Amino acid sequence: MDVARSYLDHAATTPMLPEAIEVMSRELGRVGNASSLHASGRAARRVVEESRELIAERLGARPSELVFTSGGTEANNLAIKGLFWARRSPERQRIVFSSIEHHALLDPVTWLAAHEGARIDVTPVDRQGRIQLDALHDAVEQNPADITVLTTMWANNEMGTIQPIREVVELARAHGIPVHSDAVQAAGYVPLDFTSSELDAMTVTAHKLGGPVGVGALVIKRDVTPTPLLHGGGQERDLRSGTVGVALIAAFAKALDVTVARQAEQASRIERLRQRLVDGITRLVPDAVVNGDPHSGHDHRLPNIAHVTFPGCEGDAMLMLFDAQGVEVSTGSACAAGVPQPSHVLLAMGFDEIAARGSLRFSLGHSSTEADVDRVLEVLPAVHERARAARLVRGGTR
Amino acid sequence: MRVIAAMSGGVDSAVAAARAVEAGHDVTGVHLALSRNPRSYRSGARGCCSIEDAGDARRAADTIGIPFYVWDMSDEFADEVVEDFIAEYTAGRTPNPCLRCNEKIKFAAVLDRALALGFDAVATGHYAQLRTAGDGTIEMHRALDHGKDQSYVLGVLTQEQLKRSLFPLGGDTKNVVRAEAERRGLQVAHKPDSHDICFIADGDNAGWLSEKLGPKPGQIVDEDGRVLREHEGAYQFTIGQRRGLRLGVPADDGKPRFVLDIEPVSGTVTVGPREHLLVDTLECVRPLWCGASPTEPLECTVQLRAHGAEHRARVTVLDDDRLQVALLDPADGIAPGQACVIYDGTRVVGSGTISRTERVAAARS
Repeated sequence: MDVARSYLDHAATTPMLPEAIEVMSRELGRVGNASSLHASGRAARRVVEESRELIAERLGARPSELVFTSGGTEANNLAIKGLFWARRSPERQRIVFSSIEHHALLDPVTWLAAHEGARIDVTPVDRQGRIQLDALHDAVEQNPADITVLTTMWANNEMGTIQPIREVVELARAHGIPVHSDAVQAAGYVPLDFTSSELDAMTVTAHKLGGPVGVGALVIKRDVTPTPLLHGGGQERDLRSGTVGVALIAAFAKALDVTVARQAEQASRIERLRQRLVDGITRLVPDAVVNGDPHSGHDHRLPNIAHVTFPGCEGDAMLMLFDAQGVEVSTGSACAAGVPQPSHVLLAMGFDEIAARGSLRFSLGHSSTEADVDRVLEVLPAVHERARAARLVRGGTR
Repeated sequence: MRVIAAMSGGVDSAVAAARAVEAGHDVTGVHLALSRNPRSYRSGARGCCSIEDAGDARRAADTIGIPFYVWDMSDEFADEVVEDFIAEYTAGRTPNPCLRCNEKIKFAAVLDRALALGFDAVATGHYAQLRTAGDGTIEMHRALDHGKDQSYVLGVLTQEQLKRSLFPLGGDTKNVVRAEAERRGLQVAHKPDSHDICFIADGDNAGWLSEKLGPKPGQIVDEDGRVLREHEGAYQFTIGQRRGLRLGVPADDGKPRFVLDIEPVSGTVTVGPREHLLVDTLECVRPLWCGASPTEPLECTVQLRAHGAEHRARVTVLDDDRLQVALLDPADGIAPGQACVIYDGTRVVGSGTISRTERVAAARS
């Protein structure tokens, strides 16, 4: 119970930056609905708008392109459902998306297919988890006019593989197809510039970059108008009704500001930590396989994620054994009941179910230290040995 | 000891986990996910396999202050318990899936995994008592609360399994356990008990089986071979069953009729009067002994179904795989496939699976 915790699950959520906590605490102490017309309302509105301007600047967007939401899931739903509903017609029903999207995108798409008549078109990925552009090209050219929206995440949340967003946009632009990208994992770890990306919409969330849980944004061009999910007071360009969370937005802005300012320096520091981790893992467990793109960099892989398959082990057994030693990692996804599921991302990359179940994601962040990495390596041999023994037992009962 | 507490989300396993902690063990809570699709099994208060139950188990672990994980045992459960259940009914037998789950999942797959992961034992909320005998062997006895006693469904456990098991509730009544749950602030203190079979969501075993197996038409006949009606599948019937036979015409003597026999190949279901259900000799296969196997015929008692009565009996080992059980008190409604658990007083001696029954001589004539 009292063991020191080494947190290597920053891709799930990362600690709030002290600067963001300070701003949020201050703003929580104030009254004022940003839609009210009196002085307190105007003061709240001013905080929201200054935050919007700061976030926009840090993301290479215009302030008017920011629609605040409750987080990444809502922003993805607004982009995909909203654009599908706004653009569909009897001749236009298709959604093109990659096979490695997060559930926050995958599930709205499959829901639209099941309930709203959407036709879905999945873009395959290669063994590193990068979409196959020739397949995407064919999918688009097959009938560009029937695509309502095309979406590809900026960087994958399990692998860290960065997607060729510029090329994706290129394929769609000639036909006027709106392109969305879920940049939740990328934001803060690689430079993002919405305007020069030429995307039509992009999802970001605060809690992956040192801000609070409960706020995110859909960055969306002014001439792109999705059908709103929420109707009410007409806040956020009428696209997202609901009283805006002043303190959340202010903390989001602060976190993004600090993170972007330190991005290059942090990325190289974190990449070194990751290398130390990966070197240690492959030294201690020679048959461990590090998945995804081996190279780091803006066109390759996020600096903070190491996804590793341990042959002959089950990821959930390793997670539990690591946890008992104070090391916190992830197996990828779990269902609502908490059952570890083989990741659809790994299956899409061509892994079989056993390899998919035998994998762990280590993800680093702004608070990670060499001591965190060394703690993983210190306990890994015993964890690995036990997990392998447990897998053998399991094989024997089947 | 390092202990895995199997937590179903119910009150019993929650209190068992809390008591294991208090006994000084290093306890980790584990909820077993047994369904391949968690939404497909029964939800809420009636079962042990739903998302709500996983959540209840998690909250109990929070309150007790122990780590908690969900273990996916759905493949093992499907193979060992659900498939077996279907196969047994197909063969005209009446299986007990809870017993099977204890034998193959909770005290086998789970225990083996726990041991491999560095744990020493598995604790559950079953009502049964373990005692260490003078020679160091572990004896399993009926729970103090005979109304809640679950030694019958644990009767398949071997000495090796019993040595790695903890049943912290065996010495108490359910009321005591519920009161303790409340005192400990466990949210599940007033959760209703689960009944029936966890993987059959609505408790309609016959409906579930007919969905899985499809129609297998056959006949219901009386003991003279007269056809009373056609049926959709013999698996919808259990020996000793009276309700739901829908025979239309009453028996000649006007008395209620019961299922006496099920012939799996033809699907013929024979019905007759209650007296003809009486059985005084059983043959069992797959004998399992809690300790050493007996060399002499045993004067003992046997229990033939969950929450069933005890019958005085003499058990003779015929060979490594067969037992003969002579019942001094004849029993009715005994179906092949059910477990025969053998007791010496309150102590579980062993068990076998009933493979054949013989009716008492008077009834046979």
